[in-house]
Amino acid sequence: MSLILEHVNYIYGAETPLAIKALDDICLEIPDGQFVGIIGHTGSGKSTLVQHLNGLIKATEGRIYYNGQDIDEKGYDRKALRSNVGLVFQYPEHQLFEIDVFSDVCFGPKNLGLPKEEVERRAKEALAQVGITEEYYTQSPFELSGGQKRRVAIAGVLAMQPKVLILDEPTAGLDPKGRDEILHQIKKLQTETGMTILLVSHSMEDVAEYVDRIIVMNQGRVMFDAVPREVFRHYKELEEVGLAAPQVTYIMHALQEKGMQVDVDVTTIAEAAEEIVRCLETLH
Amino acid sequence: MEIVKAKDVVYEYIRRDEEGNIEGILKAVDGVSLDIRQGQFIAILGHNGSGKSTLAKHMNAILYPTEGTVWVDGKDTKDEEELWNIRQTAGMVFQNPDNQIIGQVVEEDVGFGPENMGVPTKEIWERVEESLKVLGMYKYRKHSPNKLSGGQKQRVSIAGVLAMHPKCIILDEPTAMLDPNGRKDVIRAVRALNDVEKITIILITHYMEETIYADKVFVMDDGKIAMQGTPREIFSQVDALKSLRLDVPQVTLLAYELKKRGVDLPDGILTIEELVKELSKCH
Repeated sequence: MSLILEHVNYIYGAETPLAIKALDDICLEIPDGQFVGIIGHTGSGKSTLVQHLNGLIKATEGRIYYNGQDIDEKGYDRKALRSNVGLVFQYPEHQLFEIDVFSDVCFGPKNLGLPKEEVERRAKEALAQVGITEEYYTQSPFELSGGQKRRVAIAGVLAMQPKVLILDEPTAGLDPKGRDEILHQIKKLQTETGMTILLVSHSMEDVAEYVDRIIVMNQGRVMFDAVPREVFRHYKELEEVGLAAPQVTYIMHALQEKGMQVDVDVTTIAEAAEEIVRCLETLH
Repeated sequence: MEIVKAKDVVYEYIRRDEEGNIEGILKAVDGVSLDIRQGQFIAILGHNGSGKSTLAKHMNAILYPTEGTVWVDGKDTKDEEELWNIRQTAGMVFQNPDNQIIGQVVEEDVGFGPENMGVPTKEIWERVEESLKVLGMYKYRKHSPNKLSGGQKQRVSIAGVLAMHPKCIILDEPTAMLDPNGRKDVIRAVRALNDVEKITIILITHYMEETIYADKVFVMDDGKIAMQGTPREIFSQVDALKSLRLDVPQVTLLAYELKKRGVDLPDGILTIEELVKELSKCH
Protein backbone atom coordinates (compact mmCIF):
# COMPACT_ATOMS: atom_id res chain seq x y z
CA MET A 1 0.00 0.00 0.00
CA SER A 2 2.11 2.88 -1.17
CA LEU A 3 3.30 5.00 -4.04
CA ILE A 4 6.30 3.72 -5.95
CA LEU A 5 8.11 5.47 -8.78
CA GLU A 6 10.56 3.47 -10.87
CA HIS A 7 12.98 5.31 -13.15
CA VAL A 8 10.48 7.97 -14.11
CA ASN A 9 11.49 10.40 -16.84
CA TYR A 10 9.38 13.20 -18.16
CA ILE A 11 10.17 15.38 -21.15
CA TYR A 12 8.13 18.49 -21.99
CA GLY A 13 7.67 18.82 -25.73
CA ALA A 14 9.25 15.43 -26.44
CA GLU A 15 10.33 14.94 -30.05
CA THR A 16 10.26 18.68 -30.72
CA PRO A 17 13.23 21.08 -30.85
CA LEU A 18 11.98 22.59 -27.57
CA ALA A 19 12.18 19.35 -25.59
CA ILE A 20 13.07 19.93 -21.95
CA LYS A 21 13.76 17.13 -19.51
CA ALA A 22 11.72 17.99 -16.44
CA LEU A 23 12.18 14.72 -14.56
CA ASP A 24 15.29 12.65 -14.79
CA ASP A 25 15.31 9.06 -13.54
CA ILE A 26 13.19 9.48 -10.41
CA CYS A 27 13.01 6.46 -8.11
CA LEU A 28 11.00 6.91 -4.93
CA GLU A 29 8.91 4.95 -2.50
CA ILE A 30 6.40 6.74 -0.35
CA PRO A 31 4.89 4.49 2.31
CA ASP A 32 1.41 5.01 3.75
CA GLY A 33 0.96 7.62 6.44
CA GLN A 34 4.20 9.50 5.86
CA PHE A 35 4.40 13.30 5.88
CA VAL A 36 6.82 14.21 3.11
CA GLY A 37 8.13 17.65 2.16
CA ILE A 38 9.12 18.08 -1.48
CA ILE A 39 11.43 21.07 -1.76
CA GLY A 40 13.00 22.67 -4.79
CA HIS A 41 13.40 26.04 -6.44
CA THR A 42 11.20 27.21 -9.30
CA GLY A 43 11.70 24.93 -12.27
CA SER A 44 13.29 22.08 -10.30
CA GLY A 45 10.57 19.66 -11.35
CA LYS A 46 8.68 19.35 -8.07
CA SER A 47 5.28 20.34 -9.45
CA THR A 48 5.78 18.13 -12.50
CA LEU A 49 6.60 15.26 -10.17
CA VAL A 50 3.44 15.52 -8.09
CA GLN A 51 1.24 15.82 -11.15
CA HIS A 52 2.41 12.34 -12.13
CA LEU A 53 1.12 10.85 -8.92
CA ASN A 54 -2.54 11.17 -9.77
CA GLY A 55 -2.14 10.65 -13.46
CA LEU A 56 -2.47 14.26 -14.62
CA ILE A 57 0.78 13.83 -16.51
CA LYS A 58 1.90 10.54 -17.99
CA ALA A 59 5.56 9.63 -17.53
CA THR A 60 7.58 9.65 -20.77
CA GLU A 61 9.44 6.63 -19.43
CA GLY A 62 9.32 4.59 -16.24
CA ARG A 63 6.58 3.17 -14.04
CA ILE A 64 4.40 4.50 -11.26
CA TYR A 65 2.64 2.09 -8.93
CA TYR A 66 -0.16 2.94 -6.55
CA ASN A 67 -1.00 0.10 -4.16
CA GLY A 68 1.01 -2.23 -6.34
CA GLN A 69 -0.84 -1.43 -9.55
CA ASP A 70 0.74 0.30 -12.52
CA ILE A 71 -1.29 3.48 -13.06
CA ASP A 72 -0.43 3.66 -16.75
CA GLU A 73 -1.59 0.13 -17.49
CA LYS A 74 -4.44 -0.21 -19.94
CA GLY A 75 -7.80 -0.33 -18.21
CA TYR A 76 -6.48 1.08 -14.96
CA ASP A 77 -9.22 3.01 -13.17
CA ARG A 78 -7.90 6.59 -13.32
CA LYS A 79 -11.04 7.98 -11.79
CA ALA A 80 -10.55 5.89 -8.66
CA LEU A 81 -6.90 6.94 -8.57
CA ARG A 82 -7.89 10.60 -8.58
CA SER A 83 -10.28 10.22 -5.73
CA ASN A 84 -7.63 8.31 -3.75
CA VAL A 85 -4.82 10.73 -4.52
CA GLY A 86 -6.09 14.26 -3.97
CA LEU A 87 -4.15 17.17 -5.40
CA VAL A 88 -4.50 20.71 -4.07
CA PHE A 89 -3.04 23.12 -6.61
CA GLN A 90 -1.25 26.38 -5.95
CA TYR A 91 -3.64 29.15 -4.97
CA PRO A 92 -6.55 26.67 -4.80
CA GLU A 93 -8.90 29.46 -3.70
CA HIS A 94 -8.93 30.62 -7.32
CA GLN A 95 -10.96 27.52 -8.02
CA LEU A 96 -13.75 28.33 -5.61
CA PHE A 97 -16.90 29.12 -7.54
CA GLU A 98 -20.06 28.09 -5.72
CA ILE A 99 -22.51 30.49 -4.11
CA ASP A 100 -21.71 29.38 -0.59
CA VAL A 101 -18.98 27.58 1.29
CA PHE A 102 -20.94 24.40 1.90
CA SER A 103 -21.98 23.90 -1.76
CA ASP A 104 -18.42 24.43 -2.87
CA VAL A 105 -17.13 21.63 -0.66
CA CYS A 106 -20.03 19.37 -1.73
CA PHE A 107 -19.10 19.72 -5.39
CA GLY A 108 -16.39 17.05 -5.40
CA PRO A 109 -18.20 14.23 -3.59
CA LYS A 110 -21.42 15.06 -5.52
CA ASN A 111 -19.51 14.38 -8.73
CA LEU A 112 -18.51 10.99 -7.35
CA GLY A 113 -22.21 10.16 -7.58
CA LEU A 114 -22.72 9.65 -3.85
CA PRO A 115 -26.14 10.01 -2.22
CA LYS A 116 -26.98 13.46 -0.86
CA GLU A 117 -26.69 12.48 2.83
CA GLU A 118 -23.24 11.02 2.26
CA VAL A 119 -22.12 14.09 0.30
CA GLU A 120 -23.23 16.40 3.10
CA ARG A 121 -21.72 14.22 5.81
CA ARG A 122 -18.39 14.27 4.02
CA ALA A 123 -18.51 18.03 3.43
CA LYS A 124 -19.20 18.66 7.12
CA GLU A 125 -16.39 16.37 8.16
CA ALA A 126 -13.94 17.98 5.70
CA LEU A 127 -14.81 21.51 6.82
CA ALA A 128 -14.35 20.48 10.45
CA GLN A 129 -10.95 19.01 9.58
CA VAL A 130 -9.74 22.38 8.29
CA GLY A 131 -11.28 24.29 11.18
CA ILE A 132 -14.14 26.01 9.34
CA THR A 133 -17.15 26.20 11.67
CA GLU A 134 -20.84 26.01 10.75
CA GLU A 135 -21.40 29.77 10.89
CA TYR A 136 -19.46 30.05 7.61
CA TYR A 137 -21.44 27.39 5.70
CA THR A 138 -23.88 29.82 4.10
CA GLN A 139 -21.36 32.58 3.41
CA SER A 140 -20.07 33.28 -0.05
CA PRO A 141 -16.54 31.86 -0.31
CA PHE A 142 -15.45 35.19 -1.79
CA GLU A 143 -16.17 37.04 1.45
CA LEU A 144 -13.70 35.03 3.49
CA SER A 145 -10.15 36.01 4.36
CA GLY A 146 -7.26 34.61 2.29
CA GLY A 147 -6.45 31.89 4.82
CA GLN A 148 -10.09 30.86 5.20
CA LYS A 149 -10.62 30.64 1.43
CA ARG A 150 -7.62 28.41 1.13
CA ARG A 151 -8.89 26.12 3.89
CA VAL A 152 -12.28 25.85 2.21
CA ALA A 153 -10.51 24.91 -1.03
CA ILE A 154 -8.52 22.23 0.79
CA ALA A 155 -11.74 20.95 2.37
CA GLY A 156 -13.10 20.54 -1.15
CA VAL A 157 -10.37 17.98 -1.84
CA LEU A 158 -10.64 16.36 1.61
CA ALA A 159 -14.34 15.73 1.02
CA MET A 160 -13.28 13.28 -1.68
CA GLN A 161 -11.67 11.35 1.20
CA PRO A 162 -8.32 10.76 -0.44
CA LYS A 163 -5.79 8.33 1.00
CA VAL A 164 -2.97 10.53 -0.22
CA LEU A 165 -3.14 14.32 -0.09
CA ILE A 166 -0.74 16.37 -2.20
CA LEU A 167 -0.53 20.10 -1.58
CA ASP A 168 1.39 22.40 -3.92
CA GLU A 169 2.63 25.47 -1.99
CA PRO A 170 -0.33 25.56 0.39
CA THR A 171 1.02 28.52 2.38
CA ALA A 172 2.04 30.89 -0.45
CA GLY A 173 0.80 34.43 0.17
CA LEU A 174 -0.58 33.78 3.65
CA ASP A 175 0.37 35.78 6.73
CA PRO A 176 2.58 34.00 9.31
CA LYS A 177 -0.32 32.96 11.53
CA GLY A 178 -2.22 31.69 8.48
CA ARG A 179 0.84 29.66 7.47
CA ASP A 180 1.09 28.09 10.93
CA GLU A 181 -2.64 27.32 11.06
CA ILE A 182 -2.68 25.53 7.71
CA LEU A 183 0.45 23.49 8.43
CA HIS A 184 -0.80 22.64 11.89
CA GLN A 185 -4.10 21.40 10.53
CA ILE A 186 -2.40 19.32 7.87
CA LYS A 187 -0.19 17.74 10.51
CA LYS A 188 -3.23 17.01 12.64
CA LEU A 189 -4.93 15.43 9.67
CA GLN A 190 -1.97 13.16 9.14
CA THR A 191 -1.73 12.03 12.77
CA GLU A 192 -5.48 11.57 13.22
CA THR A 193 -6.43 9.90 9.95
CA GLY A 194 -3.11 8.34 8.91
CA MET A 195 -3.38 10.07 5.56
CA THR A 196 -0.20 10.25 3.48
CA ILE A 197 0.76 13.89 2.94
CA LEU A 198 3.03 15.29 0.26
CA LEU A 199 3.72 18.95 0.71
CA VAL A 200 5.47 20.89 -2.04
CA SER A 201 7.24 24.02 -0.85
CA HIS A 202 10.08 26.48 -1.40
CA SER A 203 10.54 26.93 2.27
CA MET A 204 12.58 24.66 4.52
CA GLU A 205 11.58 26.74 7.53
CA ASP A 206 7.93 25.93 6.94
CA VAL A 207 8.34 22.21 6.61
CA ALA A 208 11.16 21.59 9.12
CA GLU A 209 8.83 21.34 12.08
CA TYR A 210 6.22 19.12 10.52
CA VAL A 211 7.56 16.59 8.05
CA ASP A 212 9.05 13.12 8.58
CA ARG A 213 11.09 13.27 5.44
CA ILE A 214 12.34 15.82 2.92
CA ILE A 215 12.90 15.18 -0.76
CA VAL A 216 15.00 17.90 -2.39
CA MET A 217 14.55 18.25 -6.12
CA ASN A 218 17.09 19.90 -8.38
CA GLN A 219 17.19 19.93 -12.18
CA GLY A 220 14.62 17.17 -12.37
CA ARG A 221 16.54 14.84 -10.09
CA VAL A 222 16.26 13.83 -6.46
CA MET A 223 19.18 15.59 -4.81
CA PHE A 224 18.58 14.58 -1.20
CA ASP A 225 16.02 12.29 0.37
CA ALA A 226 16.25 11.97 4.16
CA VAL A 227 14.96 13.18 7.52
CA PRO A 228 15.11 17.00 7.92
CA ARG A 229 18.20 17.19 10.13
CA GLU A 230 20.10 15.01 7.70
CA VAL A 231 19.12 17.20 4.75
CA PHE A 232 19.98 20.47 6.51
CA ARG A 233 23.51 19.21 7.12
CA HIS A 234 24.04 19.90 3.43
CA TYR A 235 23.10 23.57 3.86
CA LYS A 236 25.98 24.78 1.71
CA GLU A 237 24.98 22.55 -1.20
CA LEU A 238 21.36 23.61 -0.75
CA GLU A 239 22.41 27.23 -1.16
CA GLU A 240 24.20 26.43 -4.36
CA VAL A 241 20.96 25.19 -5.88
CA GLY A 242 18.93 28.20 -4.78
CA LEU A 243 17.52 26.86 -1.54
CA ALA A 244 18.35 27.63 2.04
CA ALA A 245 18.30 25.73 5.30
CA PRO A 246 16.23 27.25 8.11
CA GLN A 247 17.87 30.25 9.80
CA VAL A 248 18.37 28.04 12.88
CA THR A 249 20.88 25.92 10.98
CA TYR A 250 22.95 29.01 10.15
CA ILE A 251 22.80 30.25 13.74
CA MET A 252 24.01 26.93 15.12
CA HIS A 253 26.86 26.72 12.63
CA ALA A 254 27.91 30.32 13.40
CA LEU A 255 27.93 29.50 17.13
CA GLN A 256 29.99 26.39 16.54
CA GLU A 257 32.52 28.44 14.59
CA LYS A 258 32.84 30.72 17.62
CA GLY A 259 33.80 27.70 19.67
CA MET A 260 30.48 26.77 21.31
CA GLN A 261 30.00 23.04 21.51
CA VAL A 262 26.43 23.00 20.16
CA ASP A 263 24.70 20.26 18.24
CA VAL A 264 24.34 21.83 14.77
CA ASP A 265 21.67 19.32 13.70
CA VAL A 266 18.73 20.86 15.55
CA THR A 267 15.92 21.92 13.23
CA THR A 268 13.45 23.97 15.30
CA ILE A 269 13.67 27.10 17.46
CA ALA A 270 12.62 25.19 20.57
CA GLU A 271 15.34 22.57 20.09
CA ALA A 272 17.92 25.27 19.39
CA ALA A 273 17.01 27.20 22.55
CA GLU A 274 17.31 24.02 24.67
CA GLU A 275 20.60 23.17 23.05
CA ILE A 276 22.15 26.63 23.61
CA VAL A 277 20.95 26.74 27.22
CA ARG A 278 22.41 23.28 27.82
CA CYS A 279 25.67 24.40 26.30
CA LEU A 280 25.84 27.59 28.38
CA GLU A 281 25.05 25.66 31.56
CA THR A 282 27.85 23.14 31.10
CA LEU A 283 30.23 26.09 30.96
CA HIS A 284 29.25 27.47 34.33
CA MET B 1 9.88 66.99 2.63
CA GLU B 2 7.32 64.21 2.77
CA ILE B 3 7.02 62.15 -0.36
CA VAL B 4 3.84 60.49 0.92
CA LYS B 5 1.63 62.02 3.55
CA ALA B 6 -1.70 60.69 4.73
CA LYS B 7 -4.05 62.42 7.10
CA ASP B 8 -7.02 60.71 8.78
CA VAL B 9 -7.53 58.44 5.79
CA VAL B 10 -10.63 56.25 5.77
CA TYR B 11 -11.50 53.90 2.95
CA GLU B 12 -14.79 52.04 2.79
CA TYR B 13 -15.61 49.11 0.57
CA ILE B 14 -19.33 49.22 -0.01
CA ARG B 15 -21.12 45.95 -0.66
CA ARG B 16 -24.33 46.10 -2.60
CA ASP B 17 -26.99 43.49 -3.29
CA GLU B 18 -28.42 42.76 -6.75
CA GLU B 19 -30.75 45.79 -6.66
CA GLY B 20 -27.89 48.09 -5.74
CA ASN B 21 -29.00 48.57 -2.15
CA ILE B 22 -26.19 48.87 0.34
CA GLU B 23 -25.73 45.57 2.19
CA GLY B 24 -22.76 46.42 4.28
CA ILE B 25 -19.81 48.74 4.63
CA LEU B 26 -16.32 47.53 5.40
CA LYS B 27 -13.79 50.04 6.61
CA ALA B 28 -10.59 48.66 5.08
CA VAL B 29 -8.58 51.70 6.15
CA ASP B 30 -9.73 53.43 9.30
CA GLY B 31 -8.19 56.74 10.30
CA VAL B 32 -4.60 56.32 9.13
CA SER B 33 -2.17 59.23 9.31
CA LEU B 34 1.45 58.86 8.33
CA ASP B 35 4.41 60.76 6.94
CA ILE B 36 7.02 59.16 4.74
CA ARG B 37 10.08 61.25 3.97
CA GLN B 38 11.95 61.24 0.67
CA GLY B 39 14.64 58.55 0.67
CA GLN B 40 13.25 56.42 3.48
CA PHE B 41 12.90 52.64 3.37
CA ILE B 42 9.52 51.84 4.85
CA ALA B 43 8.07 48.40 5.52
CA ILE B 44 4.40 47.72 6.10
CA LEU B 45 3.41 44.51 7.86
CA GLY B 46 0.00 43.17 8.65
CA HIS B 47 -2.01 39.97 8.40
CA ASN B 48 -4.23 39.10 5.43
CA GLY B 49 -7.11 41.54 5.45
CA SER B 50 -5.46 44.10 7.73
CA GLY B 51 -5.79 46.85 5.12
CA LYS B 52 -2.16 47.19 4.08
CA SER B 53 -2.71 46.69 0.34
CA THR B 54 -5.71 49.01 0.37
CA LEU B 55 -3.56 51.65 2.05
CA ALA B 56 -0.78 51.13 -0.49
CA LYS B 57 -3.18 51.63 -3.38
CA HIS B 58 -3.84 55.12 -2.04
CA MET B 59 -0.19 56.00 -2.47
CA ASN B 60 -0.33 56.14 -6.25
CA ALA B 61 -3.93 57.11 -6.71
CA ILE B 62 -5.36 53.71 -7.62
CA LEU B 63 -7.82 54.31 -4.79
CA TYR B 64 -8.96 57.63 -3.30
CA PRO B 65 -9.80 58.05 0.37
CA THR B 66 -13.48 58.04 1.37
CA GLU B 67 -12.48 60.52 4.06
CA GLY B 68 -9.20 62.29 4.74
CA THR B 69 -6.44 63.20 2.29
CA VAL B 70 -3.34 61.61 0.75
CA TRP B 71 -0.60 63.76 -0.72
CA VAL B 72 2.09 62.35 -2.98
CA ASP B 73 5.02 64.74 -3.35
CA GLY B 74 2.77 67.52 -2.11
CA LYS B 75 -0.07 66.77 -4.55
CA ASP B 76 -3.51 65.76 -3.37
CA THR B 77 -4.32 62.38 -4.95
CA LYS B 78 -7.92 63.47 -5.53
CA ASP B 79 -6.74 66.19 -7.92
CA GLU B 80 -7.45 64.56 -11.28
CA GLU B 81 -5.16 66.91 -13.18
CA GLU B 82 -2.21 65.60 -11.20
CA LEU B 83 -3.09 61.92 -11.67
CA TRP B 84 -0.36 61.11 -14.18
CA ASN B 85 2.23 63.12 -12.29
CA ILE B 86 1.36 61.21 -9.16
CA ARG B 87 1.58 57.81 -10.82
CA GLN B 88 4.92 58.81 -12.30
CA THR B 89 6.24 59.96 -8.94
CA ALA B 90 5.08 56.86 -7.11
CA GLY B 91 5.36 53.61 -9.07
CA MET B 92 3.76 50.36 -7.99
CA VAL B 93 4.98 46.75 -8.22
CA PHE B 94 2.49 43.97 -7.57
CA GLN B 95 2.69 40.42 -6.26
CA ASN B 96 2.38 38.42 -9.44
CA PRO B 97 5.01 39.28 -12.07
CA ASP B 98 2.95 37.51 -14.75
CA ASN B 99 0.23 40.13 -14.39
CA GLN B 100 2.61 43.02 -14.98
CA ILE B 101 4.75 42.00 -17.90
CA ILE B 102 3.29 42.73 -21.31
CA GLY B 103 6.29 42.99 -23.64
CA GLN B 104 7.47 40.13 -25.86
CA VAL B 105 11.08 41.05 -25.17
CA VAL B 106 12.48 42.22 -21.83
CA GLU B 107 13.76 45.58 -23.10
CA GLU B 108 10.46 46.38 -24.81
CA ASP B 109 8.60 45.69 -21.62
CA VAL B 110 10.83 48.02 -19.64
CA GLY B 111 10.46 50.71 -22.30
CA PHE B 112 6.67 50.61 -22.16
CA GLY B 113 6.33 53.05 -19.25
CA PRO B 114 8.60 55.84 -20.52
CA GLU B 115 7.18 55.43 -24.03
CA ASN B 116 3.69 56.08 -22.67
CA MET B 117 4.99 59.17 -20.96
CA GLY B 118 6.15 60.54 -24.30
CA VAL B 119 9.86 60.29 -23.56
CA PRO B 120 11.95 60.75 -26.78
CA THR B 121 13.05 57.43 -28.29
CA LYS B 122 16.76 57.91 -27.68
CA GLU B 123 16.14 58.63 -24.04
CA ILE B 124 13.80 55.63 -23.71
CA TRP B 125 16.64 53.34 -24.68
CA GLU B 126 19.00 55.08 -22.29
CA ARG B 127 16.50 54.64 -19.48
CA VAL B 128 15.88 50.99 -20.37
CA GLU B 129 19.59 50.23 -20.36
CA GLU B 130 20.17 52.05 -17.10
CA SER B 131 17.20 50.43 -15.33
CA LEU B 132 18.09 46.92 -16.45
CA LYS B 133 21.66 47.44 -15.31
CA VAL B 134 20.55 48.63 -11.87
CA LEU B 135 18.39 45.52 -11.47
CA GLY B 136 21.12 43.21 -12.79
CA MET B 137 18.96 42.13 -15.74
CA TYR B 138 20.85 43.83 -18.59
CA LYS B 139 22.17 40.59 -20.03
CA TYR B 140 18.60 39.32 -20.41
CA ARG B 141 17.46 42.39 -22.36
CA LYS B 142 16.85 40.39 -25.56
CA HIS B 143 15.16 37.47 -23.80
CA SER B 144 11.50 36.63 -23.78
CA PRO B 145 10.08 37.40 -20.30
CA ASN B 146 8.21 34.09 -20.14
CA LYS B 147 11.49 32.16 -20.10
CA LEU B 148 12.68 33.95 -16.98
CA SER B 149 12.36 32.74 -13.38
CA GLY B 150 9.91 34.43 -11.01
CA GLY B 151 12.60 36.51 -9.34
CA GLN B 152 13.97 37.63 -12.70
CA LYS B 153 10.50 38.54 -13.93
CA GLN B 154 9.88 40.54 -10.80
CA ARG B 155 13.15 42.43 -11.35
CA VAL B 156 12.01 43.20 -14.90
CA SER B 157 8.75 44.57 -13.45
CA ILE B 158 10.74 46.77 -11.08
CA ALA B 159 12.99 47.92 -13.94
CA GLY B 160 9.84 48.92 -15.84
CA VAL B 161 8.79 51.12 -12.95
CA LEU B 162 12.31 52.48 -12.48
CA ALA B 163 12.49 53.54 -16.13
CA MET B 164 9.73 56.04 -15.37
CA HIS B 165 12.15 57.73 -12.94
CA PRO B 166 9.88 57.67 -9.92
CA LYS B 167 10.82 59.24 -6.57
CA CYS B 168 9.06 56.45 -4.76
CA ILE B 169 8.35 52.78 -5.44
CA ILE B 170 5.63 50.87 -3.65
CA LEU B 171 6.00 47.09 -3.68
CA ASP B 172 2.97 45.03 -2.67
CA GLU B 173 4.26 41.62 -1.56
CA PRO B 174 6.76 41.43 -4.43
CA THR B 175 8.32 38.22 -3.12
CA ALA B 176 5.22 36.24 -2.14
CA MET B 177 5.40 33.97 -5.19
CA LEU B 178 9.19 33.58 -5.37
CA ASP B 179 11.63 30.93 -4.18
CA PRO B 180 14.32 31.84 -1.61
CA ASN B 181 16.90 32.88 -4.22
CA GLY B 182 14.41 34.96 -6.16
CA ARG B 183 13.37 36.62 -2.92
CA LYS B 184 16.94 37.42 -1.97
CA ASP B 185 17.69 38.94 -5.40
CA VAL B 186 14.59 41.10 -5.38
CA ILE B 187 15.19 42.40 -1.86
CA ARG B 188 18.85 43.07 -2.62
CA ALA B 189 17.82 45.03 -5.73
CA VAL B 190 15.22 47.00 -3.77
CA ARG B 191 17.75 47.88 -1.07
CA ALA B 192 20.20 49.06 -3.72
CA LEU B 193 17.54 51.31 -5.25
CA ASN B 194 17.14 52.88 -1.84
CA ASP B 195 20.84 53.09 -0.91
CA VAL B 196 22.31 54.09 -4.24
CA GLU B 197 19.50 55.70 -6.21
CA LYS B 198 17.94 57.28 -3.08
CA ILE B 199 14.47 56.17 -4.14
CA THR B 200 11.88 56.01 -1.39
CA ILE B 201 10.81 52.40 -0.90
CA ILE B 202 7.53 51.26 0.61
CA LEU B 203 7.66 47.49 0.96
CA ILE B 204 4.62 45.47 1.93
CA THR B 205 5.46 41.93 2.94
CA HIS B 206 4.65 38.88 5.01
CA TYR B 207 8.28 37.93 5.38
CA MET B 208 9.60 39.44 8.58
CA GLU B 209 13.26 39.03 7.68
CA GLU B 210 12.82 41.31 4.65
CA THR B 211 12.02 44.26 6.88
CA ILE B 212 15.02 44.29 9.20
CA TYR B 213 16.89 46.88 7.12
CA ALA B 214 13.96 49.28 6.93
CA ASP B 215 14.21 52.73 8.49
CA LYS B 216 10.73 52.34 9.85
CA VAL B 217 8.12 49.60 10.11
CA PHE B 218 4.37 50.15 10.26
CA VAL B 219 2.17 47.29 11.45
CA MET B 220 -1.45 47.40 10.30
CA ASP B 221 -4.39 45.74 11.98
CA ASP B 222 -8.08 46.20 11.31
CA GLY B 223 -7.42 49.18 9.02
CA LYS B 224 -5.42 51.05 11.62
CA ILE B 225 -1.73 51.48 12.33
CA ALA B 226 -1.26 49.23 15.34
CA MET B 227 2.49 49.65 15.83
CA GLN B 228 5.23 51.78 14.32
CA GLY B 229 8.93 52.11 14.96
CA THR B 230 12.35 50.88 13.92
CA PRO B 231 12.63 47.16 13.17
CA ARG B 232 14.40 46.71 16.50
CA GLU B 233 11.59 48.43 18.40
CA ILE B 234 8.94 46.43 16.56
CA PHE B 235 10.56 43.01 16.80
CA SER B 236 11.27 43.47 20.51
CA GLN B 237 7.54 42.98 20.99
CA VAL B 238 7.25 39.31 20.14
CA ASP B 239 3.96 38.71 21.96
CA ALA B 240 2.27 41.81 20.55
CA LEU B 241 3.23 40.77 17.00
CA LYS B 242 1.97 37.24 17.54
CA SER B 243 -1.37 38.58 18.72
CA LEU B 244 -1.55 40.47 15.38
CA ARG B 245 -1.06 37.15 13.50
CA LEU B 246 2.51 38.06 12.65
CA ASP B 247 5.85 36.62 13.55
CA VAL B 248 9.43 37.74 14.08
CA PRO B 249 12.55 36.56 12.23
CA GLN B 250 13.70 33.12 13.44
CA VAL B 251 16.86 34.57 15.00
CA THR B 252 14.79 37.11 16.97
CA LEU B 253 12.48 34.36 18.11
CA LEU B 254 15.39 32.22 19.24
CA ALA B 255 16.83 35.15 21.25
CA TYR B 256 13.40 35.63 22.82
CA GLU B 257 13.15 31.94 23.73
CA LEU B 258 16.65 32.07 25.23
CA LYS B 259 15.72 35.12 27.30
CA LYS B 260 12.69 33.28 28.63
CA ARG B 261 15.05 30.52 29.72
CA GLY B 262 17.15 33.02 31.67
CA VAL B 263 19.92 33.85 29.18
CA ASP B 264 20.93 37.50 29.49
CA LEU B 265 20.32 39.06 26.06
CA PRO B 266 19.15 42.48 24.88
CA ASP B 267 15.72 42.90 23.23
CA GLY B 268 15.16 42.92 19.51
CA ILE B 269 18.13 40.98 18.12
CA LEU B 270 17.71 41.01 14.34
CA THR B 271 20.68 39.27 12.76
CA ILE B 272 22.67 36.10 13.27
CA GLU B 273 25.84 38.17 13.81
CA GLU B 274 24.24 40.08 16.68
CA LEU B 275 23.07 36.90 18.38
CA VAL B 276 26.42 35.17 18.02
CA LYS B 277 28.20 38.26 19.41
CA GLU B 278 25.88 38.48 22.41
CA LEU B 279 26.12 34.78 23.15
CA SER B 280 29.92 34.93 22.92
CA LYS B 281 29.76 37.45 25.77
CA CYS B 282 27.85 34.96 27.94
CA HIS B 283 30.25 32.27 26.87
